[in-house]
Amino acid sequence: MQKYSVFSLIKNAFSNHQNWEVAWKDPTPKSEYDVVIIGGGGHGLATAYYLAKEHNIRNVAIIEKGWIGGGNVGRNTTIIRSNFMYDANARFNEFGMDLWRNLSQELNFNVMFSPRGIINLAHSDAQMNAYARRGNSMRLNGIDAKLLDREEVKKLIPMADFSDEVRFPIFGGLMQPSAGTARHDAVAWGYARQADDMGVDIIQHCEVTGFDIVNGKIKGIRTSRGDIKAKKVGLCVAGSTNILAEKLNMTLPIETHVLQACVSEPVKPLLDGVVTFGAGHFYISQSDKGEMVMGGDLDGYNSYAQRGNLPTIQHVLTGGLALFPFLSRLKMLRTWGGIMDMSMDGSPIIDKTHIEGLYLNCGWCYGGFKSTPVSGWTFAHTIAQDQVHELNSELRLNRFSTGHLLDEKGLGTKTWIG
Amino acid sequence: MLYIKCPYCGLRAQKEFSYGGDATIKRPNINEEVSSEDWDNFVYMRKSPRGKHIELWQHIAGCRQWIKVQRDTATHEIFQTAKVTEEIR
Repeated sequence: MQKYSVFSLIKNAFSNHQNWEVAWKDPTPKSEYDVVIIGGGGHGLATAYYLAKEHNIRNVAIIEKGWIGGGNVGRNTTIIRSNFMYDANARFNEFGMDLWRNLSQELNFNVMFSPRGIINLAHSDAQMNAYARRGNSMRLNGIDAKLLDREEVKKLIPMADFSDEVRFPIFGGLMQPSAGTARHDAVAWGYARQADDMGVDIIQHCEVTGFDIVNGKIKGIRTSRGDIKAKKVGLCVAGSTNILAEKLNMTLPIETHVLQACVSEPVKPLLDGVVTFGAGHFYISQSDKGEMVMGGDLDGYNSYAQRGNLPTIQHVLTGGLALFPFLSRLKMLRTWGGIMDMSMDGSPIIDKTHIEGLYLNCGWCYGGFKSTPVSGWTFAHTIAQDQVHELNSELRLNRFSTGHLLDEKGLGTKTWIG
Repeated sequence: MLYIKCPYCGLRAQKEFSYGGDATIKRPNINEEVSSEDWDNFVYMRKSPRGKHIELWQHIAGCRQWIKVQRDTATHEIFQTAKVTEEIR
């Protein structure tokens, strides 16, 4: 594989960039693989990459209905963080942070990981207390957390509304300085290019239509491009998990919802980190192109449409305006939607299933992108070793029936409120 | 914007309603032995189909009644609405 560097860039400039190698091939599916990963999003691509790299399993196919990176890995708001309170979530995502820090070098692809910090704002004494508790929990797990008072927040985001008339005055906030953003498409492409180089077949425009299960053991899958035998099959299809679960006669603790995001027109550098509003569901960051990237609530009803409705955008941006009045002067460039696996406790599932050789990676709720590397890493381990890794040992499917929920937000089973 | 026909008030904008989830989930009968699996299914497990979905909405900014709505989860088209005591087929 051609290595990307400043020298290869200069060399290819002489031929008008016409002679770059293709980044990944477009193979026809073979009749049999050791492992088939369904879903060519960030998590599926990362899983295939770590299967090849960490476990030397290279006879692997990724089956993608659309095109790689066309789903949620290209639709999220690129935030990466590990500011969780529960040990299982904190350890899992902090391991992921370590993978992020080295990802551009490892993939030889600039994923533009930018640890610019995230501030969760607090608007009451009670919220400050809750954040102090969460910050302490984070620090006990070795994650950097800083409790900011009002003056410290004002220094960092002076453009927020610090006047006396506001409905939700800023009391302070909890900051994770090592959190940040990355270029989401580059993550998918970087993993795809390396996985392809190690022998993984990336098969696009191929829809899974059924599963071949004999005596409780997976034998293969049926697709729009023919049957494919497989010793092991991994599902990485957050957003469509319930559709495939139906084909498997499984019912899961997941509802599928649409989540919208939007960007403004590009403006000069203004906001250097990620900020979340504590009195409503709104968060904002500024992309390297200058657009304000914003998101918030789910539309709030079961949906598979990758588009939402205006009332939710209005509601989210009302919160945005309460925090940052300057937003009222900005034009909206575009809005879009992605479909979310909303799990019943707000935490993901990476586990084996009751079908031998079938593995499940789903339930990512709002936060799949930040976990892309660690999700792939632990899912690859779970598939290769046929057992969960310590890192995903609490992200089991049976935690709902045993009562070991990871309800980080304590919101219960109304997923559309979370 | 969705427009939902409340069986009591007529066609109203989505903003007047709040969502209540899958209407086909049945609570286990009261005063009867309930297995853990049945509770698990009632509390956590959801089919969440792509296509026609019967769901509960509350006309929170109107008559405050709970209603049933049959809606397509892929196109958002609404086919039928009914009182919560009525069946949608």
